[in-house]
Amino acid sequence: MGTVLTITMFSLMASILMTLVRALKGPTSYDRILSVNAIGTTTVVGVVVMGFLKGRPDFLDLAVVYALVNFVATVAILRFVEQRRLG
Amino acid sequence: MSSFLLIDMILLGLAAVVAIGVISVRSLLSATMLGGIYSLLMALIWQNMNAVDVAFTEAAVGAGISTVLLVGTLLHTRRETNQSPAIHWPALLTVVLTGSFLIYGTVDMPDYGDASAPIHTGRVQQLLGQRVGKVDNEGVHHAWTYSTMAEQSVERDEPERSFPPERSHGEDHGGDAEAGAHGHPNDDFKGHSPNTVTSLLAAYRGYDTMYETAVIFTAGMAMVLLLRRREERA
Repeated sequence: MGTVLTITMFSLMASILMTLVRALKGPTSYDRILSVNAIGTTTVVGVVVMGFLKGRPDFLDLAVVYALVNFVATVAILRFVEQRRLG
Repeated sequence: MSSFLLIDMILLGLAAVVAIGVISVRSLLSATMLGGIYSLLMALIWQNMNAVDVAFTEAAVGAGISTVLLVGTLLHTRRETNQSPAIHWPALLTVVLTGSFLIYGTVDMPDYGDASAPIHTGRVQQLLGQRVGKVDNEGVHHAWTYSTMAEQSVERDEPERSFPPERSHGEDHGGDAEAGAHGHPNDDFKGHSPNTVTSLLAAYRGYDTMYETAVIFTAGMAMVLLLRRREERA
């Protein structure tokens, strides 16, 4: 179980690395927005995996906060790009 | 090498890459988004360090609220940074100096999870041995009363307490608590307030609280300087 979780954690970090390349190079804003959102989702999974890896799965609500907050940030950036206002 | 250490190193490396990306990218919107990624990575790092509360705050404030605030600021500014000189040498020097001081400070620290660290042999034992403000085994509540230091030092004539507990070797401090235990008066609660929260914040984590207050003060002063009403200059 621990080995599986460790391998999962490392593959998650590899996918963060690959998405990060797109975020740093990304020619358009949409590449970056998409990569921020993807990294956010990967982080949510990473938090869950890390919780089980550490034997403290009581902090799954942290992952819920991440998911919600990630959504808020993405919506704010999209509104800015699309309409040039936040309201 | 434990896998947690490896995870930590990889995540910190990714965070460093993102930080360099934030300062090198021209578009402010891209910098804002990269800042969001940085916060998410830092939150993972905090969780890997078992600091779940810090991770929670980092996710909510760092990734969520500050991204929205920065985007809101972007509405009132230009979209590109000014062309700045490549390297600002005084700033780089300051950062390198501060960083090396911080690294130098970690040299003295005990190993992570070291059971013989001073905090476990000294301070925690004192706090556990504290009787004032607690109910002892006989059910007697030792209320805290204002008294002079002299009274308190007379009061602690009872011999049943033995903290710091086992000083097996090197009894060169001259008596058990007579050494003043890090300069605190020899009373029952070693100079703390018997209130647990106050004791933790003011005595147990005093430096932490002091620098937290300094940070908040600096932030407040910066806000005052930024938002102050400037005098109209003709």
